[in-house]
Amino acid sequence: MDIISAAIPMLLKGLQVTLYIFVIAIILGFLIGLVIALLRLAPSKILNWIAKVYVDAIRGTPFIVQLFFIYFGVNSLQLVSLNSTTAGIVTVAINAGAYFAEIIRAGIQSIDKGQTEAARSIGFTGVQTMRYVVLPQAFRRMLPTITNQSIISLKDTSLLSVIGIADLTQQGQIQASATFEAFKIWLAVGVIYFIIIYLLTILANFIERRIQLR
Amino acid sequence: MSMIKVKNLRKSFGKIEVLKDINAEVQEQEVVCVIGPSGSGKSTFLRCLNRLEEISGGEVVINGQDITDNKININKVRQEVGMVFQQFNLFPHKTVLENITMGPIKIRTTDKSAADKLAFELLDKVGLREKAYSFPGELSGGQKQRVAIARALAMNPKIMLFDEPTSALDPEMVGDVLEVMKQLAKEGMTMVVVTHEMGFAREVGDRVIFMDGGYIVEENEPNELFSNPQHDRTKAFLSKVL
Ligand SMILES: Nc1ncnc2c1ncn2[C@@H]1O[C@H](COP(=O)(O)OP(=O)(O)OP(=O)(O)O)[C@@H](O)[C@H]1O
Ligand SMILES: [Mg+2]
Repeated sequence: MDIISAAIPMLLKGLQVTLYIFVIAIILGFLIGLVIALLRLAPSKILNWIAKVYVDAIRGTPFIVQLFFIYFGVNSLQLVSLNSTTAGIVTVAINAGAYFAEIIRAGIQSIDKGQTEAARSIGFTGVQTMRYVVLPQAFRRMLPTITNQSIISLKDTSLLSVIGIADLTQQGQIQASATFEAFKIWLAVGVIYFIIIYLLTILANFIERRIQLR
Repeated sequence: MSMIKVKNLRKSFGKIEVLKDINAEVQEQEVVCVIGPSGSGKSTFLRCLNRLEEISGGEVVINGQDITDNKININKVRQEVGMVFQQFNLFPHKTVLENITMGPIKIRTTDKSAADKLAFELLDKVGLREKAYSFPGELSGGQKQRVAIARALAMNPKIMLFDEPTSALDPEMVGDVLEVMKQLAKEGMTMVVVTHEMGFAREVGDRVIFMDGGYIVEENEPNELFSNPQHDRTKAFLSKVL
C-alpha cells in the first residue's frame, strides 16, 4: 500500500496536466465548433463547403493520426515550433471542434423558424437573433450531447501520452514501471478518470436542471 | 398619408409565382383586412411588407421608404412595423416581461426600468399584468397571442401586421384577442390583418381585400364587398365562409 500512496501524488500531478489540457482544449474546441457551425449555415456556398471539408476531414481520420500530423507533421515544416503540450491542446481542440460543430449546427436547426422570424420582425439583426433568441434555446437542447462529446475528448487526452505529455496516463505508465505494481497503479488511474468524468456528469446534470426549470 | 404602397409586387418561390401583380395602398390609421382561400398568397403578401420574404419584383414603400432598395436598413424599417403570427412565436426561454422588453432594451437601448414600465403598461392594455413573470409555456393560446401583440407594440410601431392571429386559438379565446385588436384600431393604429374572422373584418375593417391565385381580385369597404361582391370568385369564396 505504501507504494501506491507514494505514487498517488505523481498521478495527481498527471491529473493536473490532463485537466489543464482538457479545459483549455474544450473551450477552444467549443469556439471552433461555434464558428464552423455558423459557417456551415451561412448563406455562402464557399463558406459552407470549407466548414464541411473541415468536419469531414476530422471525422474521417483517427485522433492519433491527427495528433501525429500536428506534432510531427506540422512541426517538420519548421514554420512553427509546437511543444508537445501545445500540440496536444491544438489537436484535442481541433478534433472536438468538428464534433461540436455538428452538434451546434443540429441544435440551431432544431429551433423553429418562427423564432427567427419573430426576432427579425421586431428589428433584431441576424447576429442579435442568433445571440439572444436562437443560440440560448439551442444550447439548452444541445447540453446532453455537448456533455457527451466533452467526456469523449477528456478520454482522448489520454492518447497525448504518446507524444510525451506528462498527463495522468503517462504518469500511470511511469509509476507502473517504477513500482512493478501495474495492477494497482492502472486501477488507481482508472478510478481517477472515472471520478473526474462522474463529477463532470453531475455538473452537466446540475446545469441542465437549472436551465430546464424555466 | 399613405403608410404602405405596393406597386407591381411579384414573389416567386423557385419557379412558382405566388404573387403575380399586386398593387395596394394603405393609408395612415386605416385597417385593411385580407381574405381569400388557402394558398392564395395572403401570408406571402403580408410577409413581403416587412421583407420577411425576399421580394422578387416591384416596389413596396413603407412609410416613405422603398424596402426593395437594398441600400435601406431593413432592420430600422422593421422596428416600425410590428408583426403578429398565427403561431405566436414567443421566446420560450424568456419571461413574458422579457419577451416584451427585449426589443426596446437590445435595439433601442432603453434602460431596463423604463422598458419594464412600458411593458407593464402594455400588459395592462392586453389585460395580462399578473402574467409578467410567467414563461410562455405557462400561458393559454389566447394569452400568448396577447403577449405577442404587446411585444410588437413595445417597439412603438407605426404599422401592425397580423397573420391569422386567431386561427390557432380555441374558440373561447378568440374574443379576447379580437378585443385587443379592436382597441388598437380605435386608437388609430394602421393595421393589415389577414383573417378568417369575417365578423371582425366587417366591424373593424375600413377596407377588405380579397385575394385568389396570387392576385388581388377585388377590394372594397366591408359591407359593400360582403353584400355586393363583383367577381364570381369572390362570390364563390364568400358563399363558403359567410
Ligand atoms: N417558403 C415557401 N416555399 C415554397 N412555396 C411556398 C412557400 N411559402 C408559401 N408557398 C406557396 O405559396 C402559396 C401561397 O402561400 P401563402 O402561405 O401565402 O397562402 P395563404 O393565402 O396565406 O394560405 P393560408 O390561408 O393557408 O395561410 C402556396 O401555394 C404555398 O404553397
Ligand atoms: Mg397564411
